[in-house]
Amino acid sequence: MVKLIVNGRAVSVDVEPEMPLLWVLRDELKMEGTKFGCGIAQCGACTVLVDGQAVRSCVVPASTVAGKRIVTIEGLAEKGLTKVQQAWTDHDVPQCGYCQSGMIMAATALLAKKPDPTDAEIDAAMTNLCRCGTYARVRKAIHAAAGQAVAPAPAPVEAPNGQKI
Amino acid sequence: MNAVVVSRRQFLKASTAVGGGLILEFSLANEAFAQPQGAEVTHWVEIHPDDRVVIMIARSEMGQGSLTGLAQLVAEELDCDWSKVSYEFVSPNEHIRRKRIWGSMSTGGSAGVRTSQEYLRKSGAAAREMLVAAAATQWEAQVADCSAASSWITHNPTGKKLSYGQVAAAAANLQTPKDVKLRDPKDWKIAGKPMKRLELADKVTGKPIFGVDVVLPGMLYASVAQCPVFLGKVKSVDSAEAEKMRGVKGVVKAGNFVAVVADNWWRANQALKKVNVQWDEGEYGKASDETIMASFREGLAATGLPTARVTGDTQAALASAAKVVEAEYYSPYMSHATMEPMTGTAWFKDDGTLDVWTSTQNAEASMAAASEASGLPLDKVEVHKTMLGGGFGRRGAPQDFVTQCVTIAKQFPGKPVKMLWSREEDMQHGFYRPASLVRMRGGLDEKGNVLALHTTVACPSILALLRPEGIDKGIDFTAVRSLSDMTYTIPHQRVEYAMRNGHVPVGFWRAPGLQNAFYRECFIDELAHAAGKDPLEFRLAMLKDGDKNRLVLQAAAKAAGWGEALPAGVFRGIAQADGFGSYTAQVAEVSVKDGAIKVHRIVLAIDSGYVVNPDTCRAQGEGNVIFNLGSLTEGHTIKDGRIAESNFHDFRLPNITQMPPKVEVVLVPTGGFWGGHGEPGALCLVPAVLNAVFAATGKRVRKLPLKDGDVRKA
Repeated sequence: MVKLIVNGRAVSVDVEPEMPLLWVLRDELKMEGTKFGCGIAQCGACTVLVDGQAVRSCVVPASTVAGKRIVTIEGLAEKGLTKVQQAWTDHDVPQCGYCQSGMIMAATALLAKKPDPTDAEIDAAMTNLCRCGTYARVRKAIHAAAGQAVAPAPAPVEAPNGQKI
Repeated sequence: MNAVVVSRRQFLKASTAVGGGLILEFSLANEAFAQPQGAEVTHWVEIHPDDRVVIMIARSEMGQGSLTGLAQLVAEELDCDWSKVSYEFVSPNEHIRRKRIWGSMSTGGSAGVRTSQEYLRKSGAAAREMLVAAAATQWEAQVADCSAASSWITHNPTGKKLSYGQVAAAAANLQTPKDVKLRDPKDWKIAGKPMKRLELADKVTGKPIFGVDVVLPGMLYASVAQCPVFLGKVKSVDSAEAEKMRGVKGVVKAGNFVAVVADNWWRANQALKKVNVQWDEGEYGKASDETIMASFREGLAATGLPTARVTGDTQAALASAAKVVEAEYYSPYMSHATMEPMTGTAWFKDDGTLDVWTSTQNAEASMAAASEASGLPLDKVEVHKTMLGGGFGRRGAPQDFVTQCVTIAKQFPGKPVKMLWSREEDMQHGFYRPASLVRMRGGLDEKGNVLALHTTVACPSILALLRPEGIDKGIDFTAVRSLSDMTYTIPHQRVEYAMRNGHVPVGFWRAPGLQNAFYRECFIDELAHAAGKDPLEFRLAMLKDGDKNRLVLQAAAKAAGWGEALPAGVFRGIAQADGFGSYTAQVAEVSVKDGAIKVHRIVLAIDSGYVVNPDTCRAQGEGNVIFNLGSLTEGHTIKDGRIAESNFHDFRLPNITQMPPKVEVVLVPTGGFWGGHGEPGALCLVPAVLNAVFAATGKRVRKLPLKDGDVRKA
């Protein structure tokens, strides 16, 4: 048995000690918010927080995080949205959305460490992959969550066809 | 009409009663289960007594925002309160039973919105008229004295009001009007506005909305290994060791793959590694980039090739030209690499029916594949469409993942089986963007005007593999697009196609045929340079007044400040192309240091006729920019008959560091037509950047990907 603390809840799972945390979360605990992308810690879709650090759960054996505080996207907000999730919403970050749980977890960890990140610091920390290409909005949302000024959405203009867009 | 709504509800309830996880979550998140029932006013619009509006969605949502745009079009004409709008995906089983009342379920070609906008708007308008008529009847008033806005109907002489929800049940019993007047887009209040995605909250809170998130009682998990050499098959399997491993429920051998089924995907995948499979690699075990290139070269040298365009006499014009420029361009095979690998869950139920949950771009095609693989008639099959973790063309025409999950689950009757490919399987078993080799010869007259252009394309045909009926006289239009249909007024043009189909499966990759826009727009730049002319002026001189390509090119140039001074070391490139119903142009600002390209700014102008959601349209532009920047530095290698790259460590997707600091999407809809957004923004990125690279370095990049990302090695 491996004893885990997931989103503040103690759970015991009867799994091999080497089973990656990702598969404990997804297939044993049926918590599907954390995604599988590559299995080799390259893409970050499986990012969760372990004692506040962003880790790639697809390569973390469950036994190595026994007793540590694991936070997944499902447990990020006690209620409503965190400021990162709110910024993600305000700036319409997701496209397909598949990588976004991992992105939001990584951004949460970044802001905990660097409350006022520069673009360069964001680029260095946010190594998660997004095939749809939401990166520009990821940067913007992190700045916004940090309370930094960001460029407003474009003001409506009259298009050549007369539409006000 | 209400009876049918009830039947759909009954079906969904039956599914939820036995299911958990995703279905239940879906029902809570997206589907209206509250009693009493909503009324199906038209087949796209269901309105509940509490005024909630459920808009039916037949197309798929894979990130492009079609779902929200489609709902906006219905809601605009319905004139309902947008905050009360939710959506429900059409059941393909019901769709077929109701004689395909919801039109096409296929989602691709940037066509979701543009090919359904008319019937959706009409359906919304018809529903509004029916609601007004129902209210007028209740008031015993004239319809002409009533008006509708924001989910309320008003009797204008008295000021009396009824909400949509109060009259929806009565409205549903009325005839659907045939002739309805649609609003002028200038007057739109919901369409054309940057409404938030309807599924946005689910996507920032990690709700289980994707195919891979399906959870069903007693579910099993499958991991798959396919013959690494395309068109090969299983020769023999020794699974004795795997079958003894913890949690393993069985091993399935079928045709070209082996699957291990277990009580947890990781266990299935671990056990799969212990299965000793001998593959029959077939006749392609030695195929490589070199053999494929040789077939392309043979194609370019062939005579009597099918022609996709013949204007004037290209041969004579080239012979008489003052200057002839010739170049050869190449692009590699490319995988879609959706972040969610191929997946599907199939459940052969005890009552003889089959349910499939999958991330699909075409739920009806998934139905067909499930029916064929199961041997069950369509009426015994249901496909539950989920959100897609990316599609880009991988999950539409090919339904191999559905066939596979059904084939596996068939061995476990009564048990739902979730099949998920490892990243390695996904990368090595795609339907790739075709590699292509293209030769271009252009002739200039004394004044530097383009007299003639002769292009020969050698590449595999997507249609030959996926839609052979679409081939016309040896021409696959996706292979010659942007060449056969370009609007440059070059008097002599010839486009030839050497279809050279190899064993690597090819498919529709976001903006199929976009390699030709790269070749064409870089070659036009070569001709401009040979003529000593400004690349913008050179293009404008070849585009007629009123050509929308001309207008959008001017819009991009103006927004980018073409011709204005740039910081030291930064250079511009420009390109234009139309496709997928829209007209686009891009200007790139680039610097090159030690062979590495840095993109500082992209201006992307697009004329899609109308804009249904400016925010999601801009997002598509931004996404297309970085998606295609990746294709400068990545591409697949074919070695020993297989894809050499296996995961994101050796096939590197573009990351945040490559996202240009400035990407400006300039929306310039001119009206009168409906164009797409998912793909057109892809067309000009590569040529605009590479033309800027030439401006910066004098080096023409004609072969992708760049080795080590280094322009000096091009």
